[in-house]
Amino acid sequence: MNNMLMSEKKLETTQTKISAKDVNVYYGDTHAIKDVNVEIPEKTVTAFIGPSGCGKSTFLRCINRMNDTIDVCRVTGDILLDAEDIYDKRVDPVQLRAKVGMVFQKPNPFPKSIYDNVAYGPRIHGLAKTKAEIDEIVEKSLRRGAIWDEVKDRLHAPGTGLSGGQQQRLCIARAVATEPEVLLMDEPCSALDPIATAQVEELIDDLRSRYSVVIVTHSMQQAARVSQKTAFFHLGNLVEFGDTSDIFTNPSDSRTESYITGRIG
Amino acid sequence: MPVIWILLIVLALAAVGYVLGRRRAYASAEGEIRKLHSLPAYYGYNAAMLTAVPAFFVIAIWLIAQPILIDARIGALIPDSAISESSTRGLVMSDVRRVAEGLDKLVAAGSLTDEETHNLHIETTDIRELLGSVGTALGSDVAPEVLSAAQDYRVLSGAASLGMTILAFVAAIGGLYYSLKQTNKDFRARNTVESMVLSLLVVASTIAILTTAGIVLSMLFETRNFFSQYNWADFYFGTTWSPSFSGRGGSSQLGLLPLLWGTLYISVIALLVAVPIGLYAAIYLSEYAGPKMRSAAKPLIEILAGIPTIVYGLFALITVGPMLRDYFAQPLGLGESASSVMTAGIVMGVMLIPFVSSLSDDIINAVPQSLRDGSLGLGATKSETIRQVVVPAALPGIVGAVLLAASRAIGETMIVVMGAGAAARLDLNPFEAMTTVTVKIVSQLTGDTDFSSPETLVAFALGLTLFVITLGLNIVALAIVRKYREQYE
Ligand SMILES: Nc1ncnc2c1ncn2[C@@H]1O[C@H](COP(=O)(O)OP(=O)(O)OP(=O)(O)O)[C@@H](O)[C@H]1O
Ligand SMILES: [Mg+2]
Repeated sequence: MNNMLMSEKKLETTQTKISAKDVNVYYGDTHAIKDVNVEIPEKTVTAFIGPSGCGKSTFLRCINRMNDTIDVCRVTGDILLDAEDIYDKRVDPVQLRAKVGMVFQKPNPFPKSIYDNVAYGPRIHGLAKTKAEIDEIVEKSLRRGAIWDEVKDRLHAPGTGLSGGQQQRLCIARAVATEPEVLLMDEPCSALDPIATAQVEELIDDLRSRYSVVIVTHSMQQAARVSQKTAFFHLGNLVEFGDTSDIFTNPSDSRTESYITGRIG
Repeated sequence: MPVIWILLIVLALAAVGYVLGRRRAYASAEGEIRKLHSLPAYYGYNAAMLTAVPAFFVIAIWLIAQPILIDARIGALIPDSAISESSTRGLVMSDVRRVAEGLDKLVAAGSLTDEETHNLHIETTDIRELLGSVGTALGSDVAPEVLSAAQDYRVLSGAASLGMTILAFVAAIGGLYYSLKQTNKDFRARNTVESMVLSLLVVASTIAILTTAGIVLSMLFETRNFFSQYNWADFYFGTTWSPSFSGRGGSSQLGLLPLLWGTLYISVIALLVAVPIGLYAAIYLSEYAGPKMRSAAKPLIEILAGIPTIVYGLFALITVGPMLRDYFAQPLGLGESASSVMTAGIVMGVMLIPFVSSLSDDIINAVPQSLRDGSLGLGATKSETIRQVVVPAALPGIVGAVLLAASRAIGETMIVVMGAGAAARLDLNPFEAMTTVTVKIVSQLTGDTDFSSPETLVAFALGLTLFVITLGLNIVALAIVRKYREQYE
């Protein structure tokens, strides 16, 4: 477990970036998130762990209001980003999502070329004026997504023609290309081999210097390796939230302990 | 024996085959299903199919071949002298068949025995009156040659149907016997049944393809007749359409271009109306409308698709046409006619809206939600998402929908007759009356037609041209769709 060392890096005391107060989410009659309160600090990596179906993705999607696209979904409570309520009527979800990027659980490349997939965000936000600037952003993003070497010779081939793991990294590159302040990653390494996983984790650690990253993962080792804060969800409840090192070495709730030990063995 | 009885008996034999096949399979496995290669029912199906299929095949072939062969035999027996100036061998043969049919009825009604029909003579009996008594009316008195041919006809057909009955039963029983002999626990009944089912499917698709080929061939044949009487260059490059029905050939000018121009002009206007409206309606319904709006608006739009085209034609004739003339054509000095390309085009466009919109709606709905989420998650607005992700992803399907609408526009007749008139004209003015290929096909074939004059035969050349155009359109559509597939899958 020497990998766990990374999480013990010194935590700078930072401001709260996202703060959730009494958040409840309902899908029709299903109560998917129950009274969640959490404060996610700036410039940190926060891991969401918990058994399948416990509401990790649901809560993640609340943070950039992606749940608005689901008709039956209803969110109550407050979520503040930089002390501003994102569910306020005056907030434009489009602007919010430009600031809070997302990598989805299932890779969803657009039916466009690899290049156009990555250039999509910068183009709609007008981040680049010339073709050369876009070229630069595309290359940089693909490098950060750890996929540049594999696709540099076929940037104009369709993104949907890549393998599952390559698509996942393409989606990561696409999300970082817009330079969001917060990056929400829903199981970004679920289809990646150990080498690509390591590269993505390196990217996450690198992003931490400027942004907040929230990552959902089923791998305890990964949570321990990349995150400074960990939140454990169970059946829609946030059971425990704290420093990763504490959660993994000294969980205060028996459910957390049995989940972690059950997984790590 | 009537064919229906043969069929029923064969089916009954097949049912018996099913039961016996199953039972035999069970017996050979000593009642233990696990020892059988296939489920017992497959042995039953195998027996049933081997019983029924060959017998049906025999019957089908026989029913097709019998009349052709008998007609040829009997037709050859009729001496040339029995065929009058104004008649043909074919007409005489149809008389022969009618007489034979009448005799059959007489026998069935019991007024004659089979024996007596062979001894009938023109001199001794009034055949015409006799046949009239059972409802078989003949145009003239029966000639002796016809009567004797009809008698021969009956004998031959009687023998032939007896032959068919025997052969069908032999095939059925032979198949049954063979299949039961095959049946034992190691026989691969499932594989056999599956390959028989496969060949049935192949036969069905072959029939569909052959029918298409048959239609094309018959068109080709008549078109060749036409071009043997009319210069093909004058047809394809002629700019005047003025058929004359009185003076045969010669004075008629049968140029395709004015008709083709009218067809394309009207279709283009129709598509200009239908595609944007249909597509925007589809986008609204699938992306923006709430479930309530959707469930109300979709059926309403689809009602448009259920309106018969003749009703659209009336709408063009009494509403749209005069309106366009009074408010646009006359004030602009563009024409006096209520029938115009514009009228037909607009009304046809309205007719096509539901095609475009309901097809595009289905296609847009099939675009996975995850793609929309991906775009929205990057901070794109809804309309950016639709323009840059959803519509491009749905494009192959939308192109298909548009080309389908184009095919319908090209083939539409009723709206054109009532909206654009029947005057063939090469003109740019959209407020002039013009007409299309389909309208002229109808007008060349209605009324007193003589299938040997170029004025009539031209309809086939027009039809074939239209067929080639729509075929080309479909090929282009397929190519476009395939190109996008390659790019995006
Ligand atoms: N679109 C939806 N409609 C209805 N119910 C949903 C929907 N999405 C999620 N749910 C329900 O909400 C609960 C939480 O789902 P969620 O996807 O957040 O789980 P998760 O923790 O991300 O699981 P996993 O680890 O398997 O991805 C589940 O019970 C699920 O059935
Ligand atoms: Mg999930």
